[in-house]
Amino acid sequence: MQIIQPHYHAIARTAQDYERMAMSGVVAVAEPAFWAGFDRKYPETFIDYFRQISEFEPTRAAQYGIRHFSWVAVNPKEAENPVLTREVLKHFPEFFAKPTVLGVGETGLHKSTRNECESLEAHVEIAMRHGQLVLIHTPHLADKAHGTKRVLEVLAGMNVDRERIWIDHVEEQTIRPCLDAGYWVGFTLYPITKCSPKRAVDMLEKYGTERILVNSSADWGPSDPFTLQECILEFRRRGHSLQEAIEVFHNNPCRFLGQNPKFDIQPIRIEPATGAAVSA
Amino acid sequence: MLTPSQVVETYFLESRHQLLEIAAYLDRYDAAVARAGDRNGQAATDEKRLAVIRRALEIVAEQKPSQERTVALLELFATV
Repeated sequence: MQIIQPHYHAIARTAQDYERMAMSGVVAVAEPAFWAGFDRKYPETFIDYFRQISEFEPTRAAQYGIRHFSWVAVNPKEAENPVLTREVLKHFPEFFAKPTVLGVGETGLHKSTRNECESLEAHVEIAMRHGQLVLIHTPHLADKAHGTKRVLEVLAGMNVDRERIWIDHVEEQTIRPCLDAGYWVGFTLYPITKCSPKRAVDMLEKYGTERILVNSSADWGPSDPFTLQECILEFRRRGHSLQEAIEVFHNNPCRFLGQNPKFDIQPIRIEPATGAAVSA
Repeated sequence: MLTPSQVVETYFLESRHQLLEIAAYLDRYDAAVARAGDRNGQAATDEKRLAVIRRALEIVAEQKPSQERTVALLELFATV
């Protein structure tokens, strides 16, 4: 089965991960900009990081036949430095012109401070002005519900195209308001601290599959790119068809990311040579 | 060995994760029963295992158990 990993921090992972992902059917990954584990001090550090994910990383992925796309952003954890944020934002348009950059992400909230909210608004504003997609991080653990509510409040005060915005890391207590407001949502599957493969399938069964993306994130922390494949196995094990799995794990990323014409992988439909529908 | 505070801190997220999985398991069961009801179906014909899970959760939540919770659970699970 062909799989798209829509949120993947490749620079934190090994070549062996690429190789194993390719062997498991992954045809494309999309890499948002994220936190380095420490707060960066200089705009140039971000610029080089954006060059790494938009210029170098696609060449590394290509060795395994995987298409690599990316996003640019100042991480919410670094939004407490508004001067730095503003300086980095000035460079976004030059990256929007790169052939594999899909938009702005992951912006969002961490502790939902005033500076974070202003940074989120600035990120979304520049994305909308340049016709880009947006990937929004919502806080972890205890701050999840409050932070997601604040994200929705910030977006509600802006003139945005909701179908071009993906609110990520939703869980059972935050999915409904995001979907009801017309945004795409993402389940991030972590071994411990975010959603699990089984819970993700529970939510797919409860809310349906429209405007939902599933990803592993997979960064330098405790994470595993193959939680995505675990989720596919769980989905199939519960009796959902191969085509239904393709709709969620390949075609939905095509539908969302494909709103940016640089993402040119098309949704696929499995049919036998006779043209009859596939039953399993 | 770990201090009481270290035990709480070290295993909090892992325990949170495990409890969420159990909560999801029970929610999954309720959703399946509701779907079966829509099709004039019924709950699982044998809910004994589910009853054991619910009893296990009570044992886990005991503040001052008469024996180690792990031992009590293993003995309980041996009944099904």
